[in-house]
Amino acid sequence: MSEEQKNMEAERSLSLEAQFEARIARDEKIEPKDWMPEKYRKTHIRQMSQHAHSEIVGMLPEGNWITRAPSLRRKVALLAKVQDEAGHGLYLYSACETLGITRDELYEQLHTGKAKYSSIFNYPTVTWADMGAIGWLVDGAAIINQVPLCNTSYGPYARAMIRVCKEESFHQRQGFEIMIKLAGGSPEQKEMAQDALNRWWWPSLMMLGPTDAESVHTEQSMKWKLKRKSNDDLRQQFIDQTVPQAELIGLTIPDADLKWNEERGSYDFGDINWDEFWQVVKGHGPCNKERMNARVGAWEGGEWVRDAAMAYAEKKESRKNKKVV
Amino acid sequence: MNTNLYKYILGIADNSLILGQRMGALTGHGPSLETDIACTNISLDLFGQVRSYYQYAAKIKGDNTTEDDIAFLRKEREYLNVLLVEQPDTHFGFTIARQFLFDTYHFLFLEELEKSHDITLSAIAKKSIKEVSYHRRFSSDWVKRLGDGTAVSHEKIQEAINVLWTYTDELFHQTEADKVMVKENIGVDVTTLKDQYYTNVETILNEATLEVPESKWFQKGGKEGIHTEHLGYLLSDLQYMQRTYPNMEW
Amino acid sequence: MTKKNWPLWEVFVRSKNGLEHRHFGSLHAADEEMALENARDVYTRRSEGVSIWVVESKNITASNPENNGELFEPAQDKVYRHPTFYDLPDEVKHM
Repeated sequence: MSEEQKNMEAERSLSLEAQFEARIARDEKIEPKDWMPEKYRKTHIRQMSQHAHSEIVGMLPEGNWITRAPSLRRKVALLAKVQDEAGHGLYLYSACETLGITRDELYEQLHTGKAKYSSIFNYPTVTWADMGAIGWLVDGAAIINQVPLCNTSYGPYARAMIRVCKEESFHQRQGFEIMIKLAGGSPEQKEMAQDALNRWWWPSLMMLGPTDAESVHTEQSMKWKLKRKSNDDLRQQFIDQTVPQAELIGLTIPDADLKWNEERGSYDFGDINWDEFWQVVKGHGPCNKERMNARVGAWEGGEWVRDAAMAYAEKKESRKNKKVV
Repeated sequence: MNTNLYKYILGIADNSLILGQRMGALTGHGPSLETDIACTNISLDLFGQVRSYYQYAAKIKGDNTTEDDIAFLRKEREYLNVLLVEQPDTHFGFTIARQFLFDTYHFLFLEELEKSHDITLSAIAKKSIKEVSYHRRFSSDWVKRLGDGTAVSHEKIQEAINVLWTYTDELFHQTEADKVMVKENIGVDVTTLKDQYYTNVETILNEATLEVPESKWFQKGGKEGIHTEHLGYLLSDLQYMQRTYPNMEW
Repeated sequence: MTKKNWPLWEVFVRSKNGLEHRHFGSLHAADEEMALENARDVYTRRSEGVSIWVVESKNITASNPENNGELFEPAQDKVYRHPTFYDLPDEVKHM
């Protein structure tokens, strides 16, 4: 047997699953109708739907300020941003649906608490500055998470993420611009900005996920390119890029232990209150109930509207068919 | 300052402001993601129009007036929108009916405003009419879906049309500023739009298997700054930041 | 009566005249008019298109990846379909 034949033999003997993993390792994309291990399918449904749910629930804390935005320019920017989140949720639900689950089923999982969404959206937006802090910090942290996903192994997810990342490029700027304006404004405005930073800083760090030691899915996710860097690495990256931005606009990161570490070339930072994180994840954050009530309310309240559209479409179709006959 | 022109512009722009504010408030709460996105688009179109009108009005007023001064710092009696656009979103049927009853008017109005001898107003109308043409299609389609959908939806949209009908006649009332502007070939004579309006509305309502309300009792006052009780609450949200933190930039 | 949800549609957008329609994504809509309107609102918010096609997803017939061997591999050795297969003297610069 030649060397080449031997290799082919070996390839044939690989199980379907090993071939699948080999394709991913070679940076090939997996497409909806391709064979895939059940675990791959389930993990992707879980992650993509969680991501979609986060976009949709994430509309609520910012939507809270649409009617009260302080200027017309800010109002249209905020409206467009929250609308983008609806769009991103839609792209991600669609990507998820390629794996054989419907959007209605995904909603059902969200509404019954079976599916999770990013816990940061369970914090209240109490002042206008929170619109700045969310755009700057929350979107900033999200981008760090999302950019590597543009290259993830599942084709529909990667394509959705490319669109999401392209559209989101204005979101963080929108938030940071609000912060700049506040930080450079009256003492009252600056205080509002600092207060928002104080409240959103730690939840933003938590948003990047539990520490590597506690994270359950990491290894498998790395292999499937659902994740390219560990939570702790992402967190460090976020801190290192955000601290100078805060300094630039004269705001103080609310962490007494924050210190530049020359040797590591990174910032050392204080302990994160993981008890708080788990409390919110488990449904006991300040706004978990409000957020779910709003989502369920919109869905149930809209049922008669969706039904009407469906009934109308059917009537129209049958009228058309009658004409043809 | 040309007070009549200034007031005339506000009379147009305030409709878009208040309706945009109502529509924008629904973002995140729509019956489906797709519908949610569509409603936000309408809101964004309206706010875009508002900014063009107010920027023009601010120039006319002078004294470093800004679009935001006009949008946020008037008193309730100084807002000149029609009563129709400030009515609340009791349910999605009201959102659609309000939009439909306004869009039908808005389109006819802009067609005429495009002929205005005021080049700024004419330009704004020219740009807006494309947006409003789409709004009209969107809201008319939804009136038909709800009217000719299920028994439940039929009842709900009929209810909304019946309740809001009383605010339609005001669309065709002429204010003093209107009359002056019509004479100067700047403004639209809204009285001439009335027949076409009711014809267009009835066509869609018929297609939607809905009844045209027979009531001839109409409410008015918005154009003179006398509003329904709903507007005050809308304004307290709208103006909250500017009132709480006066003279600041955002 | 079983619950009927808005079906799924695939959206194709032509970015500008001269280019082909490209698959942009999908969405839900009750009928074709709504599908077009939704596609306009969802996928052309940033002036991405000048023309939209929508087709209900169930109407698309797709090849099965399991047949990829017989469908696509036979074309791989037909190198004579490509210009590089043919030898030309160096003097002929453009052909």
